[in-house]
Amino acid sequence: MIFTLTKIELLKIFRKWRTYIGFIAIGLLVPLLHLAMYLEGQRSLELVTRGLRDSFILVGNLLNGYWISYIILNALTIHIPFLIALVAADLLAGEATAGTYRLLITRTVSRMQIVTSKFIAGIIYTISLVLFLAIMSLLVGLLIFGTGELIVMRPDAIIVFEKTDIIWRFILAYSFASLSMSVVCSLAILFSSLVENAIGPIVSTMAVIIIFVIISAFDVEILKAIRPYLFTNYILNWREFFGNPLDTGEIIKAVTVLCAHILVFFTATLWIFQKKDILS
Amino acid sequence: MLSTDIVIEISRLTKQFKDVLAVDKLDLNVFKGDVFGFLGPNGAGKSTTIRMILSLISPSSGSIKIFDKDLLTSRREILKNVGAIVEKPDFYNYISAQKNLEILAKISGKEVTGKRITELLELVGLQNRAGSKVKTYSHGMKQRLGIAQALLHNPELIILDEPTTGLDPQGVKEIRDLIIRLSKEENKTIFLSSHILSEIEIIANRMIIINKGTKIVEGEVGKLLNPNVLKVSIEVDNTETAVNLLQTTVWVKNIESVSGKNINITLEQNDIPSVNKYLVENGLNVSALVPVRSLEDYFLSITSNTR
Repeated sequence: MIFTLTKIELLKIFRKWRTYIGFIAIGLLVPLLHLAMYLEGQRSLELVTRGLRDSFILVGNLLNGYWISYIILNALTIHIPFLIALVAADLLAGEATAGTYRLLITRTVSRMQIVTSKFIAGIIYTISLVLFLAIMSLLVGLLIFGTGELIVMRPDAIIVFEKTDIIWRFILAYSFASLSMSVVCSLAILFSSLVENAIGPIVSTMAVIIIFVIISAFDVEILKAIRPYLFTNYILNWREFFGNPLDTGEIIKAVTVLCAHILVFFTATLWIFQKKDILS
Repeated sequence: MLSTDIVIEISRLTKQFKDVLAVDKLDLNVFKGDVFGFLGPNGAGKSTTIRMILSLISPSSGSIKIFDKDLLTSRREILKNVGAIVEKPDFYNYISAQKNLEILAKISGKEVTGKRITELLELVGLQNRAGSKVKTYSHGMKQRLGIAQALLHNPELIILDEPTTGLDPQGVKEIRDLIIRLSKEENKTIFLSSHILSEIEIIANRMIIINKGTKIVEGEVGKLLNPNVLKVSIEVDNTETAVNLLQTTVWVKNIESVSGKNINITLEQNDIPSVNKYLVENGLNVSALVPVRSLEDYFLSITSNTR
């Protein structure tokens, strides 16, 4: 039944116009960034590598699809979460607004199955959006700018990856991005279970992300203690896949914290939904 | 009546919303094959009761048994044989009626064929608009689609909350005829909540009236309405002569009012033909003789006593 319900949820998601806002936004924004990089990219790259050029001779095609995709992935913190919340926040609240809870709950499906299928469908949507971002930024970037070495500036090192050593890192980075964005999706569904209109959950999800990002940015002792428990602290940890050697301990920790967040948000949503009186 | 003949058995059902007691220790029984009228003024607790029967709302206390099974423990098994319209008919507006029914068929717990969906769309007169998005439907069309989805999995119990709201007179008649047919020909049990009292009077065999969440009266419609003593409106060409004649008869218990060509009297149902014959034999033209004692009177009198 979960499989059937998930298929139905996906059908509902992909029949709604709002679902395509995210794809349209990425479809417009990424080519725009490609165009900007095409026109101004060389200057940007020179600016970034200015300090290096005094000590090293940089050769080869550094303004390539990999480097541009790496830059675009940094947009994850705020922009992509908003596009995800737009759809995920509507998954339960949208049923309440439309009065269609009555259609679902008076059938032979349990509330747990309803919540589970919505989480699965929401996460599939999230993965498809991140995948679309990957296709647009990486594949289209490679088509326009070609391949080359990837230069990554880290606080403690400057790493240049050979072009044969990059693709697997991007595959894992986008997989990690899908996981971190699934946390955002789960949070939006949790908020969605509390109300009967999707606007509130969208705003609440974004408010939580912005507040957590601000808390993470402040270098104050008391906030430092909270930081490891905030999922926003791990959203950009896909960068760990561009380390040499890989900090597997940090990656496992980030994956565990993010999975735990999804589990907690799912359990809370289930608990709320099981107790909910359907009055819409 | 055997306990196995009871389709819905509600016992001391209570629902408390914070400081509002919506349903208070309600008891009711619906038997197999009943067309059961569920009546009450606005805010009486009808919708809350229906939502509890359909597990949309959890009761604060009390029990609901359907098909002799407890709703709390056998919900899915029960709902396999229940079809319902709850208040206004809402659907996924951004997809077609056909697709809506296909989705609901998949989660109805029974095998529902494409042929069945087509038949139901024909039954409710939507076959030509089956491919249109529901957002383009009028309220009446959505109501018809609501009937179709309630019948989709051929349930034994059909719960209809205001099923004729928003329909034109032809549509109202069609739905009434459909309910009667489902009851008589297919032996379905129908639980019918309605504000249109004449609808209950025509269709239902048993009924309950609730107010402020409690039962006021429950029983057979015919018996509750006490048809022996009726109010009758008589339309004649000469009211003055008619009133004089009626005053001399033993059949008329009371002449209540005279208005234009109409005289309202009270009498026993069996005496109606005698009164008609008497007036005609005395040279009066009787244009109409209409019983006006109805469920509406009964409902108003019984609920006003409990306000």
